[in-house]
Amino acid sequence: MPSHAHATSAVELDHVTLQLGHRAVLRDVSLSVRPGEFIGVLGPNGAGKTTLMRAILGLLPPTHGELRVFGRTPQEGDPKIGYLPQLRTVLPDLRVRGVDFIGSSLNGHRLGLPSLTRAERKAIEATLDDVGARELGARPLNEMSGGERQRLLLAQALLGNPRLLLLDEPLIMLDARHQEIAIDVVRKVCRERGITVLFSAHELNQLISALDRVLYLGHGQAVLGTVDEVVTAPVLSRLYGTDIEVVRASGHIFVLSRGRDVERDAHVHEDGHGHHH
Amino acid sequence: MGTITDMFAYDFMRHAFVAAGIVAIVSGLTGYFLVMRGQTFAGHALSHIGFAGATGAGLIGLAPLWGLVGFTLAAGIVMGAMSDRISNRDVAIGVVLALALGFGLLFLHYYAGFATQATALLFGNVLAVSEPTIWTLAGLSVVTLVGLGIIMRPLIFASLQPELAEAKGVRLRPISTIFLALVALAVSACAQIVGVLLVFTLMVGPAAAAQRLTTGLWAGLALSAGLALVEAWAGLTMAFYSDWPVSFCISLLSAAAYFAALGAPTPRQTAVVHEH
Repeated sequence: MPSHAHATSAVELDHVTLQLGHRAVLRDVSLSVRPGEFIGVLGPNGAGKTTLMRAILGLLPPTHGELRVFGRTPQEGDPKIGYLPQLRTVLPDLRVRGVDFIGSSLNGHRLGLPSLTRAERKAIEATLDDVGARELGARPLNEMSGGERQRLLLAQALLGNPRLLLLDEPLIMLDARHQEIAIDVVRKVCRERGITVLFSAHELNQLISALDRVLYLGHGQAVLGTVDEVVTAPVLSRLYGTDIEVVRASGHIFVLSRGRDVERDAHVHEDGHGHHH
Repeated sequence: MGTITDMFAYDFMRHAFVAAGIVAIVSGLTGYFLVMRGQTFAGHALSHIGFAGATGAGLIGLAPLWGLVGFTLAAGIVMGAMSDRISNRDVAIGVVLALALGFGLLFLHYYAGFATQATALLFGNVLAVSEPTIWTLAGLSVVTLVGLGIIMRPLIFASLQPELAEAKGVRLRPISTIFLALVALAVSACAQIVGVLLVFTLMVGPAAAAQRLTTGLWAGLALSAGLALVEAWAGLTMAFYSDWPVSFCISLLSAAAYFAALGAPTPRQTAVVHEH
């Protein structure tokens, strides 16, 4: 049963408005994520999934309302938060070893020459072990598959024992089998350590067995709740701003707009941007 | 033709070796980060802009080197400050650097020394390096290396993972600006040896070859600096005995090393299994 220590929300939004330039991405949103919850973050492209994560990281202060992470105003570089950004930077043909790649994030904000202490090397090895990717430490980045890179990034996000993990579209470059593996690894590690997870994705069905609750974003609004509460025709129609049909079949949920699967379309679209394969 | 001692019997050859050695090491180290960040073209642009600065300085009676430093430094800072919008846009850089070369030509037009001066600036004149110039180059190099040493950790983080680095509190823009300012100093020094048109030979060639051949950061840096040094010194030696221009010899060796590295079987692939 919830003790007093757990009374504080992991992430709490109190009438929050987030603005990018003149556009309000989220308007007057209130919600509360409990510690240890696995939250699937969904919604159409441009609904504000990344923006919300950036706000939680303290990179984008709300224009209205209050946002708290474990009871405090978020601060840039908070070690309690592990972050896996959506890979927008296409790396050049880099022959950097996995260890050096991850190592660059350790104290990466501090001036001076990079050097890893023995304890830091141990921590990197341990985190690679946690996600079953020890061999990636010695491999150069440009020889890794999309799945291996994501696993490396996940290991990095877990470095330093964060209490909150923000995973921004970690599945986009992966095939179905690797998607499942990635979700399983996140769920297992985070359950064991009681880490709160915000996991954004394009498709609900991939996450449905792993998540505790789902956070749907769209049209400046956000709805947090169980799948049964949120993934309904009225709620999603409001968020997508168009008539949405929700069809349940053999444990899968299909979100359709005029007969087309909106999530799958979005997913295919995103993949078509020529990420590496 | 004679022995190695013949070569070092000349003051100008000794000066050339010292100057080229200093500059090669700084170029190799700075270039490694340029290649890592995918900003090699920015380095190229800086040197062209420097040409306008050098000829302009000559016009108002200053040493060309200071015109070069001033212009590249200013351009580096501007490019860094506008980093997201400009420095990765090849077209914008291309237009600006063509304009800079054009201005360089205009300044030369009104300058008395023209032809020799132009050749020296464009293709380098390491055999004419004086002792005071060596001290200036050493000073530029020390500033560049100390600067790189100070920002190295966040620079690498920001280069490899900009989104995460930003989230962890790294200020991307200042880092990028300081880096390009340091590149500007290295370019100015490098242009003294191989000329503004050939800074790639020492700044990018060795670094790109080193990237191909290593996976560790320090090994890459060491190899990049080492290759640049060997290419510079071997180029000087080759020029001394063949009477070809020094910059040609260095550019030849740089290209040879780069293409050899491209063709070399990538190491480590086989060694991976044995790690740990």
